[in-house]
Amino acid sequence: MILVDLNKPLNFVFDGKLYQGFEGDTLASALLRAGVKVVGRSFKYHRPRGIMGAAHEETNALVEIHNDGVCEPNRRATTIKLFEGLTAKSQNHLGSVNFDMLAINDILHPFLAAGFYYKTFMWPKAFWEKLYEPIIRRAAGLGSLSHKADPDTYDKGFLHCDILVIGGGPAGLLTALNLGRAGKRVILADEDFVMGGRLLSETYEINSASSVNWAAQTVAELKTLPNVRLMPRTSIYGVYDHGVYGGLETKTDKISERGPRQILWRVYAKHAVLAAGATERPIAFANNDRPGVMLASAIRTYKNRFGIDLQNTALLTNNDNGLMTNAEHIIDTRNNQYIVDVTGRKGVRTVKLNNGETLKAKHIAVSGGWNPNVHLTCHKRGRPIWNEALACFMPDTHTLPQDLSVIGAANGAFSTYGAFIEANAVSVKLGAKAAHLPIAEDAPINITPFWHVKGRKRAWVDFQNDVTAKDIILAHQEGFSSVEHVKRYTTLGMATDQGKTSNVVGLAVLAEATEQTIPQTGTTIFRPPYTPVPIGAFAGAHTGQHFHPTRLTPSHKYASETGAVFVETGNWKRAQWFARAGEKGWRDSVDREVLMTRSSVGICDVTTLGKIDVQGRDAGKFLNKVYVNTFSTLKVGKCRYGLMLREDGIAMDDGTTARLSDTHFVLTTTTAKAGPVFRHLEYVRQCLYPNMDVHLISTTDQWAQFSVAGPNARKLLQKVVDSEFDITNEAFPYMACTEMTVCNGTRARLFRLSFSGELAFEISVPARYGDALVRELMAQGEEFDAIMYGTEALGVMRIEKGHAAGNELNGTTTAAALGLGGFVSKKKDCIGKVLSTREALTGENTLRMVGVIPVNQGDALTNGAHFISQGDAETAPNDQGYMSSVAWSPTLKSYIGLGFLKNGKAREGEVIKAVDFVRSNHVDVKVVSAHFVDPKGERLRV
Amino acid sequence: MIINHPTLGPRDSAEFTYLGDAALLRRPNPKSETALDDFYSYQYLRDNPAGEHRELWYHEQGDRSWLVVTRNTVTHDITKVEFARDVKQAMIEKAIIKRAKS
Amino acid sequence: MSYSAFRIFKEAITGHKGWKPVWRKPEPQLNYDIIIVGGGGHGLATAHYLASKFDKKRIAVLEKGWIGGGNVGRNTTIIRSNYLLNDNEGFYEFSLKLWEGLEQDVNYNAMVSQRGVLNLYHSDPQRDAYVRRGNAMILNGADAKLLKADAVRSLYPFLNFDDARFPIMGGLLQPRGGTVRHDAVAWGYAHAADKRGVDIIENCEVTGFDIQNGCCVGVETSRGYIGASKIGVAVAGNSSRVMAMAGIRLPIESHVLQAFVSEGLKPLLDGVITYGAGHFYVSQSDKGGLVFGGDIDGYNTYAQRGNLPVVEDVCEGGMSLMPMIGKARILRMWGGNVDMSMDGSPIIDKTDIKGLYFNGGWCYGGFKATPASGYSFAHLLATDTPHDTAKAYRMDRFTRGLMIDEKGMGAQPNLH
Repeated sequence: MILVDLNKPLNFVFDGKLYQGFEGDTLASALLRAGVKVVGRSFKYHRPRGIMGAAHEETNALVEIHNDGVCEPNRRATTIKLFEGLTAKSQNHLGSVNFDMLAINDILHPFLAAGFYYKTFMWPKAFWEKLYEPIIRRAAGLGSLSHKADPDTYDKGFLHCDILVIGGGPAGLLTALNLGRAGKRVILADEDFVMGGRLLSETYEINSASSVNWAAQTVAELKTLPNVRLMPRTSIYGVYDHGVYGGLETKTDKISERGPRQILWRVYAKHAVLAAGATERPIAFANNDRPGVMLASAIRTYKNRFGIDLQNTALLTNNDNGLMTNAEHIIDTRNNQYIVDVTGRKGVRTVKLNNGETLKAKHIAVSGGWNPNVHLTCHKRGRPIWNEALACFMPDTHTLPQDLSVIGAANGAFSTYGAFIEANAVSVKLGAKAAHLPIAEDAPINITPFWHVKGRKRAWVDFQNDVTAKDIILAHQEGFSSVEHVKRYTTLGMATDQGKTSNVVGLAVLAEATEQTIPQTGTTIFRPPYTPVPIGAFAGAHTGQHFHPTRLTPSHKYASETGAVFVETGNWKRAQWFARAGEKGWRDSVDREVLMTRSSVGICDVTTLGKIDVQGRDAGKFLNKVYVNTFSTLKVGKCRYGLMLREDGIAMDDGTTARLSDTHFVLTTTTAKAGPVFRHLEYVRQCLYPNMDVHLISTTDQWAQFSVAGPNARKLLQKVVDSEFDITNEAFPYMACTEMTVCNGTRARLFRLSFSGELAFEISVPARYGDALVRELMAQGEEFDAIMYGTEALGVMRIEKGHAAGNELNGTTTAAALGLGGFVSKKKDCIGKVLSTREALTGENTLRMVGVIPVNQGDALTNGAHFISQGDAETAPNDQGYMSSVAWSPTLKSYIGLGFLKNGKAREGEVIKAVDFVRSNHVDVKVVSAHFVDPKGERLRV
Repeated sequence: MIINHPTLGPRDSAEFTYLGDAALLRRPNPKSETALDDFYSYQYLRDNPAGEHRELWYHEQGDRSWLVVTRNTVTHDITKVEFARDVKQAMIEKAIIKRAKS
Repeated sequence: MSYSAFRIFKEAITGHKGWKPVWRKPEPQLNYDIIIVGGGGHGLATAHYLASKFDKKRIAVLEKGWIGGGNVGRNTTIIRSNYLLNDNEGFYEFSLKLWEGLEQDVNYNAMVSQRGVLNLYHSDPQRDAYVRRGNAMILNGADAKLLKADAVRSLYPFLNFDDARFPIMGGLLQPRGGTVRHDAVAWGYAHAADKRGVDIIENCEVTGFDIQNGCCVGVETSRGYIGASKIGVAVAGNSSRVMAMAGIRLPIESHVLQAFVSEGLKPLLDGVITYGAGHFYVSQSDKGGLVFGGDIDGYNTYAQRGNLPVVEDVCEGGMSLMPMIGKARILRMWGGNVDMSMDGSPIIDKTDIKGLYFNGGWCYGGFKATPASGYSFAHLLATDTPHDTAKAYRMDRFTRGLMIDEKGMGAQPNLH
């Protein structure tokens, strides 16, 4: 029964020429109907190729689809549902598909045998990259990408079901029906745009009516079941752990249609039934790649489903199933008949037989038997086993995952009746009632394997990659006898069809050459995806600006209104500096922010620092474990700086922790480590000390926090802090903290902390008041010329103070290296303490943090420079360390740097070289204390 | 992969962060004379079996619990999922009983 | 058998009848001077250099399956020497120099192609880290160039410069980095080693070590007992399993690294690009496939297959960086076992058992190390002293605090 609607013509363009097909056509069927013979060129020899199959196994007819200047290469013509306006082009040729200049390779083929490129192109040495390789690269490849951003959208979805049925042929349809009727949640996925599988391609009868009707009726009933989801045009491409299946649904190939082009589904199924059918395989004989040589099953599909009767056909078969094909000539290998050559470069003309006879024919239908589509049974590294009677690989029922069943042709039950029996059996196993068995054909396949006609000429095994039987034999001759070696040496099965038609034939040719059986020869492993999946579909919507989420600080809106330039800090966007009119570059802004903060007052949003609430009777004891210094002795109302190590003794993170009550601490982390530190604390709490009474919660997003720094910081804060709170130096000294209210009763926390080295506070309010607070602070600060400062000025001031930050806490530095060795409490254990005492971490010649300044005050320093002692050659053995942070200090009117230098502490005063080759900046620098500004810390205590 | 969380039921492994061998629960005694060696083995040496493996997973995108998952490293089959704090608690109790006996 | 253009011509016109096996298929002898366990790239390279540079005889390589079936048979083909730490950089630069003369050395075209490796940066700190790295490279005799965004744009105009969550600010380019046809490396070393008399024995699985009085004197194999004076193990991916047979625990976990190849495409990408804001790196093979990968899955496994979260993560990175590849389709994806060491760097050292030597812990970066790993391991086996460039790769570095931690992630293998 023909499934194209001849009343609905569709116009399409192929290689610039306008053609007409019909609703229900694929591009391949429409081209065949239009009489187009050559649709592509092969990979290596650029041989003219026609259409070989009728579904996803197609290896020859690859085309580019063009849409609005965007090109999609390597599409199988056999799986493109025809639509109005489709524009397709043939690919992989220089010139036109009919006159491809690279077809010269076909004439040169004796020089281009398997693996030829491994044996030459080595002399002269430079010629490989300059001459040979560029030529090879230009000739290789298949279709083209257009170098333009893919304009299509892709979506992702998650589906859950009791049973995923893969394949909508007779086995899959009946299984879905049985399970659906039993109320199971069923998903039935099929690659084709019409469900029915081979039932659509043959002239079978089921219950005395056309099998097409049975398929349609079954689909119709399935559609009425609310617990069944039918998913046509959906390829289940991979099997993953614990019942996770990957599926790709194609919604449309038309760019103009709204919505996503494809949806990537992750299907969670309690059980899956693989009913993926089987794929017919060719037979290797001389010039079997001519346009017009097709799979017998494909010829029947085009006739029965699409109504295209390919006349003048010779059938070559080794089994009874092939005999169903309409053909003028039947060549049955079981009667010792076979084909020894084919003429007709751009379309079959004559067929030469082994008995010397020459037939005239335009098409050759080939049936070399059927390969069950066992691919998905191998994705978890199961191996199929060889079935001698059916001459095919079958799923190994012993190694199949428990939650996967295989039925129908995929399990070697090639007849319709056989498929129904297996469908009923699996339905019962899965708790459903078996349907009354439909009456259907039950013809045996009766195959006698016949793989390859030996001869002098080339007989193709992998058509797309131009791997011939001779190549496989040559590979064996050269010692590549393992099937994996043959595959890699010849490229057998590595074309876009993943060897669907070539793997088993290749294996058989290899088995003949090695005089082994096929099971002895082995099989290569099938890996995902079953059919190729676009990268765009795997990416879904997480591209461009949506690649990662964006986190905005509470002052983001205010900052954008006031000239802020933002910088990516992880997923946060932080104000980097605030540009003002008249400032010529970022340095102007940053210098102003630093000088204004140091001379009056500046405000910086520090909300991004991680905040962790630590509560419980053992909170202090807990913090003693995670920090090198002691927290249990910290008084309520006080803060303390803390350094945290990994268990391997390397510094992990630092921050300040405030004690708000006996049982309540607030701990801060660096911006980058907020997540990892929280995870680490939970690990210590749950995995090491579950008996401690302590609980943790991240409050990073709950509190907006601002640093208010500079000599006028207190004066400014006094204007917003509610009057009952005394924040004078006496009442609220350096490192004090308290809960309080601001702006007439808004809950707040105040910490007297300083990263800048100035008199400074950090004030936090519930995040929703952050915007209001920063506006209030700036309004009240007008009299002091208060300014906002960004991460650059923050960085400059911390380098001036010699505080280590992310550049120094880089995962390789110890407390001692950071100059914080004195913080490590000798009285108690902490995470990392034992391993921090290893010899190479404590020895004299280890790296220590130092400050550096240029000897010539005008010289600029560059970050990432390496240190070399004066007089030493600039080579790796003389490497003394590296620069980790650099800033222009507007306070000192000089560049300053922090870095790590071997035995650095002892080298203060020494002049060394800072060499930066990649930025061509070698500077003599003097080693100094890392504390450039106010080393005694007097300013922050006023 | 899917991890059957003891209280939240089956969850996609993408919600979790992996740490590794659950032997990390046995932090050595820092006061021992062999502490340096003990900590070296604890931090750096692994059995790394091909087969059953007890390992730590953290439900970072969930309830923030650390779990001990018993999983086969060849098949990925998961046979047991426990709260790490329960496992550690049992270890501590066992040690206390042992100490009391000796 | 020697390979040349002339030879190809002669064979072409005489029907390819004269080609002989690239390596012999000998039966194992009862004993050897040196046995290499593992017929991957590193093991074969070790055998080649032992025979060619250290003049050693009576060498066998034992492979449980077919040679070149491990990492060298499935990787993303990149060679480079762009490391941050001197202990690594010197070694990898030595390796790159060996790559540069490899084909002439082994008389096999492995298609070493120095098309440039570009690591992109997207922030100032990342740039500074690359500057430090670039300087380390130059101090070690390698090449490095810092490119600004406009220079990157003129090299690769199709990258996402206009709508990126993390805009490209520039990149660190190593022009001498590139790609190599990976399988051919195994075959080339096998061919050259075989020519010098090394026995390459496939389908020969080592099932035990014969250790007597703290001395390893032979191996039990699926093809019988084989004695040897020295035994070198180079079985990365399975190091723990094999060394456990000698009672040795290692600072190594087995993880899976997935990799991907697209359908063949006409040339669009000349060099190797690494995305700095996501887990994605890519090159295009001579056949036309985009070869790409990302991060490891992150859990212990020997299953040689990965799961979907990483696949999606890699493709999200790819599309964010190169929005033009949306319609390129992934043809194959695979997962390989990798030895993740505790600091992300390898080990080439003697063991506490006399006569037993170990080479492993290559993490996901062993392919580019193949020549230097083979050379250094050969040096160690032949002279009992480490090669100059591999001195830091000692087994006891963790007890002494001499970790070589490029990423600063500490003793957590899945983060390296």
